[in-house]
Amino acid sequence: MPPARDLHAQPTGRELLSAADVGRTIDRIAHQILEKTSGAADTALLGIPTRGAPLARRLASRIRAFESLDVPVGSLDITLYRDDLRLRGVRGLEPTAEPPGGIDGKLVVLVDDVLFSGRTVRAALDALGELGRPRAVQLAVLIDRGHRELPIRADYVGKNIPTAREATVSVLLAEIDGRDGVLLGEAKGDAQ
Amino acid sequence: MRHLLSAGDLDREETLLILDTAEQLSRVAARPVKKLPTLRGRTVVNLFFEDSTRTRISFEAAAKRLSADVINFSAKGSSVSKGESLKDTAMTLEAMGADAVVVRHSASGAPHRLAASGWIGGSVVNAGDGTHEHPTQALLDAFTMRRRLVGGRGDLAGQRVAIVGDVLHSRVARSNVLLLHTLGATVTLVAPPTLLPVGVASWPCEISYDLDAVLPDCDVVMMLRVQAERMQDAFFPTTREYARRYGLDAARVALLPDHAIVMHPGPMIRGMEITPDVADSARSTIVEQVTNGVSVRMAVLYLLLGGGPELTPSTPLEGGMEFV
Repeated sequence: MPPARDLHAQPTGRELLSAADVGRTIDRIAHQILEKTSGAADTALLGIPTRGAPLARRLASRIRAFESLDVPVGSLDITLYRDDLRLRGVRGLEPTAEPPGGIDGKLVVLVDDVLFSGRTVRAALDALGELGRPRAVQLAVLIDRGHRELPIRADYVGKNIPTAREATVSVLLAEIDGRDGVLLGEAKGDAQ
Repeated sequence: MRHLLSAGDLDREETLLILDTAEQLSRVAARPVKKLPTLRGRTVVNLFFEDSTRTRISFEAAAKRLSADVINFSAKGSSVSKGESLKDTAMTLEAMGADAVVVRHSASGAPHRLAASGWIGGSVVNAGDGTHEHPTQALLDAFTMRRRLVGGRGDLAGQRVAIVGDVLHSRVARSNVLLLHTLGATVTLVAPPTLLPVGVASWPCEISYDLDAVLPDCDVVMMLRVQAERMQDAFFPTTREYARRYGLDAARVALLPDHAIVMHPGPMIRGMEITPDVADSARSTIVEQVTNGVSVRMAVLYLLLGGGPELTPSTPLEGGMEFV
């Protein structure tokens, strides 16, 4: 069995977004969610671990600050639904927590840090189907770096970043990494 | 890790990874759709040379919840009763393409032989071999203790566990002693001297012949079945005398601290090692253990089969990156 992922290994690279930028971007996405969902009525936020989960909690807390609204938040681990398990080796699981009130009939906003090939989102849609039946599903990401391999797009994008396929994009969040930021790294070969 | 043969092969991190994974997987049981696509296309063979109810069904349920294909094999009604050897049976299974073989055998070491022989290419999971080991039982017992006593997280440091009864013939006892020691618990084996194996002094545990003296200091008391089918000699004078000295009844349960739980790996013989009122009491985790068994076996199958064929544990998976 492999060792647990070291979430605290500090990635290196050129800074694309500073801590203040990340905060502003999250604020903007929160506003956009409020606009597009007519005040977040019947909406639930579902973060995809690892970094989507704290992002979803932050979006909820910003929405609460703007409109004094409590949006239910949950997390959805998609490891068991991935199509590349056999290619990458086994890994531990992250918690899945249904948002309070469930997802049946709700507008579910999936939250992730980076949108790349779209395979994570495909797996998340599969996982979601077995948790319940949402009225609609939308996708919010902090970074869209392109290179889609599936017909998937995000409804809310913090920042579009054109990247080389081999480059690495690292989102840092204070809850996990001790600080906020987004870094663009050179190709490391085996990463991504 | 490619096989699961002994609880002693697992270090603390591996054990906690299995238990934490099982904790997540246990939530699948609460969903309307109790199925994950993770092992689709993989084949798990249940190779049972010895009778079993819960272990075989538990492995079958675990494999099916992960969408693996399950082939059940029991020695009765197979060519084994015509005299086919373990080797030929194993090679037949290999020819059919088994990704994992869950094996129970009356001979201690049979799973080890399967894993080390090169007869089969898949993973071997020991589901009980003779009087040797039953690692998934120890894992589900530890999982149950962790949930009941320490909130379902971390290890079992400082917990005191008494394992009572037929230790000599028990694979459950040996696996539990090894695993609980790894997790930091203190284990006391309680049995008549005739039912303790040779060399037990070298096990990482304490030994007592007096159940009443041990009970007041226990967080867990685990009763073992008296395995009459493995007893060719007289190990104790009468069953009544055994029950009086080593059986768990309501009076003995009253000696336990209030938070302590009563466990039994099953199948139990009511009236022998445990009285019906104790077995059915709120402290008893016997039914819970069966439920937890499915989650723990799902975790084991996922961790053994979920990854690629050539697993390289030293490669960091994704560092600080979020994949795709």
